[in-house]
Amino acid sequence: MANEALKANLAKYEAEVAEKIAKFPERKNLKYNRLYTPLDIEGFDYERDLGFPGEYPYTRGVQPTMYRGRFWTMRMYAGFATAEESNKRYRYLIESGATGLSCAFDLPTQIGYDSDDAMAEGEVGKVGVAIDSLKDMEILFDGIDLGKVSTSMTINAPASVLLAMYIAVAEKQGVPASALMGTIQNDILKEYAARGTYIFPPKPSMRLITNIFEYCSQNVPKWNTISISGYHIREAGSTAAQEIAFTIADGIAYVEAALKAGLDVDAFAGRLSFFWNAHNNVLEEVAKFRASRRLWAHIMKERFGAKKAKSMMLRVHTQTAGSMLTAQQVDNNIVRVALQTAAAVMGGTQSLHTNSRDEALALPTEASVQVALRTQQIVAYESGLADVIDPLGGSYYVEAMTNAIYDEAAEYIKKIDEMGGAVVAIEKGYIQKEIQESAYKWQMEVESGLRTIVGVNKFQVEEKPVEGLLRVDASVGVNQAKKTQQVRAERDNAAVEKALTALKEGAKDENVNLMPLILDAVRTYATLGEICNVLREVFGEYQAHSTL
Amino acid sequence: MAEKRIRVLVAKPGLDGHDRGAKVVARALRDAGFEVIYTGLRQTPEQIVAAAEQEDVNVVALSLLSGAHNTLFPKIVEMLKEKGMGDVLVVGGGVIPDADIPGLKEAGVAAVFTPGTPTGDVIEFIKANVK
Repeated sequence: MANEALKANLAKYEAEVAEKIAKFPERKNLKYNRLYTPLDIEGFDYERDLGFPGEYPYTRGVQPTMYRGRFWTMRMYAGFATAEESNKRYRYLIESGATGLSCAFDLPTQIGYDSDDAMAEGEVGKVGVAIDSLKDMEILFDGIDLGKVSTSMTINAPASVLLAMYIAVAEKQGVPASALMGTIQNDILKEYAARGTYIFPPKPSMRLITNIFEYCSQNVPKWNTISISGYHIREAGSTAAQEIAFTIADGIAYVEAALKAGLDVDAFAGRLSFFWNAHNNVLEEVAKFRASRRLWAHIMKERFGAKKAKSMMLRVHTQTAGSMLTAQQVDNNIVRVALQTAAAVMGGTQSLHTNSRDEALALPTEASVQVALRTQQIVAYESGLADVIDPLGGSYYVEAMTNAIYDEAAEYIKKIDEMGGAVVAIEKGYIQKEIQESAYKWQMEVESGLRTIVGVNKFQVEEKPVEGLLRVDASVGVNQAKKTQQVRAERDNAAVEKALTALKEGAKDENVNLMPLILDAVRTYATLGEICNVLREVFGEYQAHSTL
Repeated sequence: MAEKRIRVLVAKPGLDGHDRGAKVVARALRDAGFEVIYTGLRQTPEQIVAAAEQEDVNVVALSLLSGAHNTLFPKIVEMLKEKGMGDVLVVGGGVIPDADIPGLKEAGVAAVFTPGTPTGDVIEFIKANVK
């Protein structure tokens, strides 16, 4: 056997060659061997494990031609202050060559409060744009043809309301809902587990989500109805394997909820999309992307009996890791983002947001955003990384790691299944606890020096504070509140009342799809806060149990 | 005889849901021998001050990454003073631009810990400054 000779040679090599640097952080899925050989992928079967791009199990990518057909969508997440300001930034991004929009909403919007609500104090326009009513949404997309652009909206608990506003703006532009392209994040489970912008308890939240699946499959067929997100799970401190494990477990919960609501798996599964983090360890990240596609394909085919190819494809948006940006020596972040971009591209992402150098300090300035976008363009046009499909396929190390991450994620999913699924695992705090453990371990590894973060625990310098950071003025909140009060004064309040009453009645009956009722309400300029408050009255609010 | 343990309320004011840092710091403080109470997300200044009073803490550690710190941190310090808890040590952390730190200190936030701070620095600061 050739392998026997290889084993003997490897043993000789391991015994003879001493290492100078051998300390690595502990890793569950795959040890840091210094050399990988065919012995690490014994049993590897090309057709079964990889196949061709665009073919089951999609390990090598979801499209047959990948970036030889077209590049990934360069989609920069942006939004701050008012709809007017953000509209300007969107137009600037489109002029700079961005190929899709990605809306960041402020926290009151994400949690369903109007800008004049007491809960919104200090937060209006800070981490994104404030949207209270259809009026703001009209301004946000002024001069942008919704029939042409694809728009991603990072909105979860009130996703149905923002989607309804988007549809209503398109109507006013003369663009039918059937032509709209884009994505709503709409992933409530990771909000409970890692991101925190929940409103309602799990059961009615899952209903709102399946209502959207159903409504869009009939009326907005090109819309990605959910972006099942590992990004925030990773940002909260998980490992790569945990990121895909917990996210795919969430994905399983959404599929099960939709099946329970009577939908056919192939009617909605093709519109499910995912959201991964591109972290610092380039090759581990590439393996993660590959493993996640294979795992999802297996689950959709074998567990849920999906028939359509599209239902089995894990299509993914990626963002570079915000938590890996350092506040020290901020220009170093440009290099980090470039490496993370390389990982996402070699991993085969469908779209990408690159973070800006100054984001550990504040929202990015226009100049920093340009460098971040240029980073993607350099990787696309100059680096050669996009020239060949799945360029690391066949690497002993990357294949071994792909297998290891797959196995670890599958193990977690089995455990979560045994607990009763992702909803139960989150309610029990299991997923949160696992993430916290990993986050703490990471921090301790940094503090002990086992993990080096350049400029933070090694190679530090004395620095002057960074100047020219973007600031959102406090007057934004005051003016936005006034604007919304004016909308309330000028609209047909009887029509608003009527629409909100109908929504309330609909919310009480589990069999009613709430999307048409929410659409009716936003058309009357009922505000986001008013709509969410009606739903709060019927559904109640989620109470988190925080554990340390 | 055991020294009285320092009691710390780790709190998340505002609507920001990022609590990785808050939880890591809370756990590091606990491992360093402090009594730690974590409020969970989305606490109003009123709720935080009420929790500080009820738990009779020596330290309130605020974590905020959304940019609302200039509004919320000083408000919490003021409310603690009004309730006669002016001797409680208030510290903050999160995504906070350097330019905002002098203003926050003037408002009574004893220290602001920005990204990359070792947990050991937070522990040392609290031990040295708690009243």
